[in-house]
Amino acid sequence: MAGFSSFAPWDEPEKKPLIEIKSVSKFFGAFQAIHDLSVNIYEREFFAILGPSGCGKTTLMRMLAGFETPTSGQILLDGQDIGPIPPAKRPVNMMFQSYALFPHLTVEKNIAFGLKREGIPADETAERVNGIMKLVQLTDFGKRKPHQLSGGQRQRVALARALVKRPRLLLLDEPLGALDKKLRQQTQFELMNIQETLGTTFVIVTHDQEEAMTVSSRIAVMNNGEIAQVAPPMDLYEHPASRFVADFIGEVNIIEGRSGTANRGGIALAWNEGSDDLRVISDATPPVGTTVWLALRPEKVGIAKSRPEGKDNAVQGEVIDIAYLGNITTYHVELPTGAIIKAQESNLHRAANRGITWEDKVWVHWREDAGVLLTA
Amino acid sequence: MKSTPGQRLFVLLPYLWLLIFFLAPFLIVLKISLSDITISLPPYTPQFDISEGWAGFKAFFAELDFENFVFLAEDSLYVNAYLSSLKIAGISTVFTLLIGYSIAYALARSPQRWRATLVMLVILPFWTSFLIRVYAWIGILKTEGLLNQLLLHIGLISEPLVIMNTPTAVYIGIVYSYLPFMILPIYATLEKMDESLLEAAEDLGSSRIAAFFLVTLPLSLPGVIAGCFLVFIPALGEFVIPDLLGGSDTLMIGKTLWVEFFSNGDWPLASAVAIVLLLLLIVPIVLFQKQQEKQELGR
Repeated sequence: MAGFSSFAPWDEPEKKPLIEIKSVSKFFGAFQAIHDLSVNIYEREFFAILGPSGCGKTTLMRMLAGFETPTSGQILLDGQDIGPIPPAKRPVNMMFQSYALFPHLTVEKNIAFGLKREGIPADETAERVNGIMKLVQLTDFGKRKPHQLSGGQRQRVALARALVKRPRLLLLDEPLGALDKKLRQQTQFELMNIQETLGTTFVIVTHDQEEAMTVSSRIAVMNNGEIAQVAPPMDLYEHPASRFVADFIGEVNIIEGRSGTANRGGIALAWNEGSDDLRVISDATPPVGTTVWLALRPEKVGIAKSRPEGKDNAVQGEVIDIAYLGNITTYHVELPTGAIIKAQESNLHRAANRGITWEDKVWVHWREDAGVLLTA
Repeated sequence: MKSTPGQRLFVLLPYLWLLIFFLAPFLIVLKISLSDITISLPPYTPQFDISEGWAGFKAFFAELDFENFVFLAEDSLYVNAYLSSLKIAGISTVFTLLIGYSIAYALARSPQRWRATLVMLVILPFWTSFLIRVYAWIGILKTEGLLNQLLLHIGLISEPLVIMNTPTAVYIGIVYSYLPFMILPIYATLEKMDESLLEAAEDLGSSRIAAFFLVTLPLSLPGVIAGCFLVFIPALGEFVIPDLLGGSDTLMIGKTLWVEFFSNGDWPLASAVAIVLLLLLIVPIVLFQKQQEKQELGR
């Protein structure tokens, strides 16, 4: 979705969220895993919880599933507090990271497990199991045991087993972590298609930012038990709220400086004595003289051998590293302050040679609206 | 690739071992079981005399017969002893399973850092001789023993219980002695079970008790089967426990064999009893082997 559709229930004030997490904290002994966390998740969303390991994302997911209870705060589903409801009684199902398929049961019986516990009649169970097996393309594998399946097939059994219960909310714990890269990319799109077909609300926990960017409608970036930012992927990338988010999502150059006066919709940024101030278009207008950071994505930084004319910002430096990746080339340029700026150029023509090599004095340049001014 | 004589010897060693210490004694016992009792030394006939050559050989085989086995089948004492052994071994196995499973389950669910110590405690009794541990039970179970003194003291009973020299004492002895053989294989299967399977079962709508019966129990079945065989097979031929704790009331084939051999001096009949016991044991042993092979293939 990534901002290309008009699906944005979080911007509609009258829309009621499916899940309301209200100032939830969670302690394990003296260790606080979740710090006073609040977030809303809407019906039909594909919501990603992204963060480094130990950031509390798994704890948050386990609280949604019912395997952990919040130390304080509330989790509402359709306006009802689900805190006291055990996992077995919640309209929430989970796809486990290890898949947790029952090794002694066939694929069919694994998928039918949840329906049998609900006491759904045999013919309806069979119908629903067949339906979901078709959806995840497992029709020919019903009689196999989990150990006779490939990793990708097991992943689909786990998905089918959770989805066949028709949960209000499906939790996916690192669902693609065990798959190799090619299969993972393919499976990401399958997941998105399935989610769109069924209209189930998905919450995915992952440490893989590319995965989160690809599949989700919104991403919550977590750090140290707190949400650093919640936004659609595009906003998260182009308008990070803090250095942590800017750094965690994609690659970024951070230039530290002192804010100057505002004029013509932008402000000046003093970053190095003896160099011209940088000009930044910014929504934030911090008081003059505060320490701020300019976050610049490498692909928005150009490189030239001579001082470019008519660019908003240009800074001289020395090339210390060149990484040729085929489709792009990344130049690592050391500035007089010692900071390294990464400038990325797309190789639009075959064997494009810019005549830039190691230890060259070059100019890196970017537009005044290319970067984001951060105060945190 | 040609194997050197040294390599060949290495491969042959286990076979040689089995030949000398299993097959040869078995054939001797089989031969004695087909012989007749006589008052001489050794107390059976015929004896194989190599000096008489081929004629002696033929005469020797002509004298062998199945008389002892026919006698075993006709005399209800032996049939009853076999049946009683089966019953005692069977019931003891069930009790050992119930107690052993609970202990194995508790072990597997105990905190990781305690587990090694707890498993050690299960094995600890092996450091003391089996015989001494069975004797210790006499001290506990006899009329003026520790158990009765305790129960009398706390006022639970007013007269001492008669446990010694009853089948109950034999059950207690067998369950106690073979418990580790039940606990260890079950613990091994439970311990390697993925905890998230139970969470998945709960997530899919089953209660914790249902999850135990639907997931834990079926997955621990290989351990349960191994444990049951490891208890049932030796319990069937058990001699020391019924002899020391069961008194004259308890009829078990191991004891019958001992009586036949040492009290009556009827070597041929005792050998026949042993051969039949072996045949009885072969059935569960073969089943056990089949199960183990299935396990190997299933992985």
